[in-house]
Amino acid sequence: MSAATETALGLTESKSPAARVARTVIYAGLFVVFAGPLLALLVSSFNHVSDPTQLSVIPKSPTLENFKIAFDHGVLKYLLNSFFVVGFGLLLQVAVSVLAGYALARKIFPGMTLVMVAILATMMLPEEILALPLTLVLADVPLLHLNLMGTLAGMIVPLGAWAFSILVMTEFMKDVPRELEEAARIDGAGEFRIFGQIILPLCKPALGVIGVFGFTMIWDQYLLPLLVATNSDSYTLPLALRTLRIDPVVTPGVVMAASLLALLPSVTVFLFFQRSFARGLTAGALKG
Amino acid sequence: MSVREAEARPAGREPRAAGEVARRTPSRRLGRNRRTAGSWWIPWLFLAPALILFLYFKFIPMAQAISMSVQEVRPYLGNLWVGTANYSEILSSEGFRSATWNTIVLAVGQTAGSMLLGFVLALLVEGQTRKLTFIRSAAFLPVVVPIAVVAELWRIMYHPTADGLLNQVLGLIGLGPSGFINDPDTSLASIVVTGIWRGAPYDMMIFLAGLAGIDRGLYEAAVVDGASTKQRILHVTLPGLRPVFAILFILAAVRGFRAFTEVFLLTNGGPNGSTEVLMTLIYKLGFEQNRLGIASAGAVLLFLATLVLTVCVQMLRRRRVA
Repeated sequence: MSAATETALGLTESKSPAARVARTVIYAGLFVVFAGPLLALLVSSFNHVSDPTQLSVIPKSPTLENFKIAFDHGVLKYLLNSFFVVGFGLLLQVAVSVLAGYALARKIFPGMTLVMVAILATMMLPEEILALPLTLVLADVPLLHLNLMGTLAGMIVPLGAWAFSILVMTEFMKDVPRELEEAARIDGAGEFRIFGQIILPLCKPALGVIGVFGFTMIWDQYLLPLLVATNSDSYTLPLALRTLRIDPVVTPGVVMAASLLALLPSVTVFLFFQRSFARGLTAGALKG
Repeated sequence: MSVREAEARPAGREPRAAGEVARRTPSRRLGRNRRTAGSWWIPWLFLAPALILFLYFKFIPMAQAISMSVQEVRPYLGNLWVGTANYSEILSSEGFRSATWNTIVLAVGQTAGSMLLGFVLALLVEGQTRKLTFIRSAAFLPVVVPIAVVAELWRIMYHPTADGLLNQVLGLIGLGPSGFINDPDTSLASIVVTGIWRGAPYDMMIFLAGLAGIDRGLYEAAVVDGASTKQRILHVTLPGLRPVFAILFILAAVRGFRAFTEVFLLTNGGPNGSTEVLMTLIYKLGFEQNRLGIASAGAVLLFLATLVLTVCVQMLRRRRVA
């Protein structure tokens, strides 16, 4: 059989010249539509833009001036704020999820189903909808009576409650063979030893998934930082883009330069960890 | 890898097999765990950080939203129980109704557009060649670009004069110039287009995973039976992707319902309220006008809508499978 049966459309398998031309046109079109605007962003951020309405597609008179102006407007501070939030937020999220995943996957105890259902139910709770009452909790944390509004800590601690990561860790840890754990137990290893030295090292792929997803999710956050940051000192970089744009003396080139800095970390993480990304995407969506 | 296979395997022979994410029934996997005794409090110790954080940042806020939605929130004076007054006020307000309508249009437009385009993209870029891997990665970039950057970028691309980037593109095919986000007639559609640009590649990736799971033998059988490509897609590919469609539908629709950032940054509800969606309305009620009771009622209603949608789609899915 010469007919193509490897893909649904069979487009990639046809060797005829017409198919070859069609393929090239389609791929070029896709590239222009999806990557083109980002290339325009890249070029504009290095171009001297005098016209306030325009993006530049063709590089001419390259300059670093946009970045310099952006830094003068405090972009470096906002970038550091962003890294601070994503660093500690991710650390907290991963630590909490790994611990919870261990209990849910490797133990059986009364109330376990209830805990699992309660955690999973929060996945149906879009964080945007919770944002409003969440700020009230952050303004006066129950029992502790702390006010976390206007602080980076206020953006970080709510990140610890992330059901997706717990779900991924739980599913993964369930598949670690029981015999490994039992052998360690017979050798006298305690609970924390088993967790830290037997189970956790075997979970690297899952750690990759929740790390990459956690990073892009936290980096993408907007509404919660917007509500928590009561003054510009605690702005993250995505929040600062709007302030920059509203500033009448700032040109689009500067906004694009700041945007480039805001997109590079998450794009880099995606490009370096594409396999973890693809795995998490299907695990998250297809398990639903 | 099934449970039984895992049990039959000698200890430690293939720890890597743990890497496979398998789908199993919960009841079967519990039995074996009983053997591990230990103090009753150990699981709770491991769960404690998660439980505290979920309590503080998910459950207490949810309870607070519900309780505020039936009260008139008065800082320093103490709240006043008003029953369903907040709900009836918001439901009867013109602003809420038009925001609901805009949200539905946005959600339907983005969902349908992203899924349709995502499906076509997936068919076009399915395959194993290196060129395709590159194209797939490039097309996926919009998904990992922060939404705030997407909005600022499109804001400039949507510049309403003839020399704006997209108006130049429209000019090439003899159309334009459009006001895009500055024109009440096209503003909502413009936001939908931006949403599709970011949503379609995401859907594409999920569809690709679904396509990879379709039995190649069925394609061969279709070829043997003389089916055309169109018939093959209609009768083999689409039925095989049905569960993927259901899940993407829920994800995309909920994404549309909760849309905030792109609207806030592109138009902030304007011009003339033409793009006011529920989340921007709730934001304005709650944070700009400080009417927390009404805003909470709106948030609770929005939550109920996403819940009903999710449950309905899941039920339809179950029935079709059964």
